[in-house]
Amino acid sequence: MALLGRLAALAAVYAFFAILTPSAKGFMSDANTQLMLQDIAVVAMAAIGMTIVIIAGGIDLSAGSSIALSMITTAYVLNLGPEGGKLILAHPVSLPLVAVAAAAGVSTLIGFINGAMITWFRIVPFIITLGTMQMVRGFAKLVANEQNIYPPAEVQDLWVARLLDPSKTVLTWPFLPMAVWLVIGAALFTALFLRYTRLGRHIFAIGSNEKTALLCGVPLARTKILVYMIGGIFSGLAGVLFFARLGSIGQPTEAIGYELFVIAAAVIGGASLLGGRGTILGTMIGALIITILRNGGVKMGWPQYTQEIVMGAVIIVAVAIDNLRQRQRS
Amino acid sequence: MSDALPPPLPTTSVLLAVRGVKKSFGATKALKGVDLTLESGQVLALIGENGAGKSTLMKVLSGAHAADSGEMSLAGVPYRPNGPLHARALGVCMIYQELALAPHLSAMENILLGIEPTHGPFMNWRETRAVARRALDEVGLPDLDPATPVAKLSIAEQQLVEIARAVAVGCKVLVLDEPTSSLTQKDVQALFALVRRLKAKGVAIVYISHALEEVSSLCDRFTVMRDGETVGHGQVGTVPVDRIISLMVGRDVEDLYPRSPRTPSAPILELRSLAGQKAPRSAGVMLRRGEVVGIAGLIGSGRTETLRALFGLDPITAGEIRIHGELVPPAGPATRWAQGLGLVSEDRKTEGLAQNLSIAENLTLSRLDGLGPWGLVRPSRQNAAAAPWIKAFPIKCQGGEQSVEALSGGNQQKVAIARLLHHDCDVLLLDEPTRGIDVGSKAQIYAWIDRLALGDAATGKAPKAILVVSSYLPELIGICDRIAVMTRGELGEARPVGDWTEHALMLAATGQDRLT
Repeated sequence: MALLGRLAALAAVYAFFAILTPSAKGFMSDANTQLMLQDIAVVAMAAIGMTIVIIAGGIDLSAGSSIALSMITTAYVLNLGPEGGKLILAHPVSLPLVAVAAAAGVSTLIGFINGAMITWFRIVPFIITLGTMQMVRGFAKLVANEQNIYPPAEVQDLWVARLLDPSKTVLTWPFLPMAVWLVIGAALFTALFLRYTRLGRHIFAIGSNEKTALLCGVPLARTKILVYMIGGIFSGLAGVLFFARLGSIGQPTEAIGYELFVIAAAVIGGASLLGGRGTILGTMIGALIITILRNGGVKMGWPQYTQEIVMGAVIIVAVAIDNLRQRQRS
Repeated sequence: MSDALPPPLPTTSVLLAVRGVKKSFGATKALKGVDLTLESGQVLALIGENGAGKSTLMKVLSGAHAADSGEMSLAGVPYRPNGPLHARALGVCMIYQELALAPHLSAMENILLGIEPTHGPFMNWRETRAVARRALDEVGLPDLDPATPVAKLSIAEQQLVEIARAVAVGCKVLVLDEPTSSLTQKDVQALFALVRRLKAKGVAIVYISHALEEVSSLCDRFTVMRDGETVGHGQVGTVPVDRIISLMVGRDVEDLYPRSPRTPSAPILELRSLAGQKAPRSAGVMLRRGEVVGIAGLIGSGRTETLRALFGLDPITAGEIRIHGELVPPAGPATRWAQGLGLVSEDRKTEGLAQNLSIAENLTLSRLDGLGPWGLVRPSRQNAAAAPWIKAFPIKCQGGEQSVEALSGGNQQKVAIARLLHHDCDVLLLDEPTRGIDVGSKAQIYAWIDRLALGDAATGKAPKAILVVSSYLPELIGICDRIAVMTRGELGEARPVGDWTEHALMLAATGQDRLT
């Protein structure tokens, strides 16, 4: 029921722009659809992790900064070596793997630090991740030496840079950019993980009522730290996609405020910031709605301020409707 | 019983009169008919067991709840407060057990909160300080700087600040709810002196308490409540303490409590001088398979804290825990579950159950193994695991997938207890297992306790050991084999139930047995 409502909202948002955007702007053109798919991939990937964090009753404001730092890490590794003797030229297969592993590793470490500080210092996640949001952003600038990192042009032809490349035509394999498949796979895996594993059930229990979880012997500290680490991995993967999205550039000032889109995607998808409630499928729909709104607003030629006003209103209305429905049920 | 006592006579000096006040919450009748009168300069003791309706009556007096029917009058005019602020403005002030102060604000800001003297929109700090000063002097805190943040004061001082708040508005009726429960002996004497001063000034005081020694030394008259009704009134000193206790507990409900003949076997859990950070100070008890042991005592005496320390929810500072005779180190709840212990929390709303999760989810949370291949948890298997308990208890619901918050209190409590049965615990620690639930659910829970303690040879179910904390004495006497009483953090010897009466338990809990 709730799912149908969300799908209807998604269809309504898409139809709104499809009908109202002047056809010359090409909202429904293949090129724009591909562009939206690229944006969706980044937001949705990070939103999978954020959903887990929110279900556990937490929040991760450092997600945007983590995306930036993993993007920088990816670019940094691919740019290793002296001018003229870049490592990537000698190791075109293994170095991209190292880069992705490093990006995911760095963001997982950030997740570990977030989770550990939240449990050990007993400070609310909002404050801890507000702090790490700033710190991680600083580290991204530090690693990049406050400049953009441009790996060698050869990187453009490697798979890591082409994750978001559109497929040749709509009807031939792989139909969608590789990264979109990755997101779909990760979403499916995570949805099953939350539903069918003991850790998944524990995450819901902690978010629903931490005291009950403790009473029932759920290891609070370990579970919470794992939750933030999982959230970190997804931010890291989103950072790799962002690297590809920007055309194989590491830009330390990118993805600022991205955590808000990611949180909005989860919340529009039905996750409760009080914890204990949320679904991956809902979040995916939320990510689609957010991205279509942003893209559609641009295509409509709305000024920046109109886009912001509309985006904010949609988030509030979506959650208000959700709440009303919850109250009616009980 | 009340016919033996004269009904309250209306007198000319009656300040507060309550007649036939009733209040229901849904199907629960919290107040079934309350009458009391109070004169200026009089201290009235309001006594009754936990759950007798004293707190609800207070909330009606303060305007936090509106009475369904009945009348109240204050100084001869109808008294219908529409909220605590209104009641306070009319001169009726409450001092709750849980103090209601803003800890970061100063004493004077707390005293004048909501009635701040101002110049236009600005605070009149000189006037604020002066009013607070007078009020603090009056309650016996002449040395306290009114600008001190309340968080820096002791509990006793905070309580006095709260009374100063009442004094500052010139209250006519002051209601004190168990004011001595967290005070030291010295602070108690200071409080008594203050109550006598206020009384001399003509303030009428309602003094809610369990401790009959306090009542006899401080109060002029008493009113006894039981099951939401006033069941007796009298002059303190003219009615023997025994009689008052009989009024408090008097009832006859034998059949509610099944107790099959059973023989306890091997000791399974033993506590020796267990101590926690604040409470307990020293708790020792031995529990065998096939018996139900009860812990009686006043709220705040350290009963819940004993269970929490044992179960690893609160730190242990001293003492020993033995399980099956073996000394076990302090450990968290996960270890205790693994050792065969299970705890039902006294607070099912905020601790016992995750309200927005399903029945099956709550019931299986402590033990999710065996519910799917490779350690996975299949929701269908969770539901299947919950189904037999839902049927056997029975838990009235639409099915295991239904969320717990939609259930009645009694059915919620059955879910909390069923968790221990799903886990197949050897030792069941039940903290107030029947608090706030309907009598039908109570009977079912008592029957289950009896069945578990007895075991079932046919299905090979070994008898369980059960430790019950309860404030409801008939229940303890009805279902337990042995009962120990906790007084100010010390757990007394667990004596056979035949050695106890409600009267004796009440005396032991209030510390009266040590005086006589």
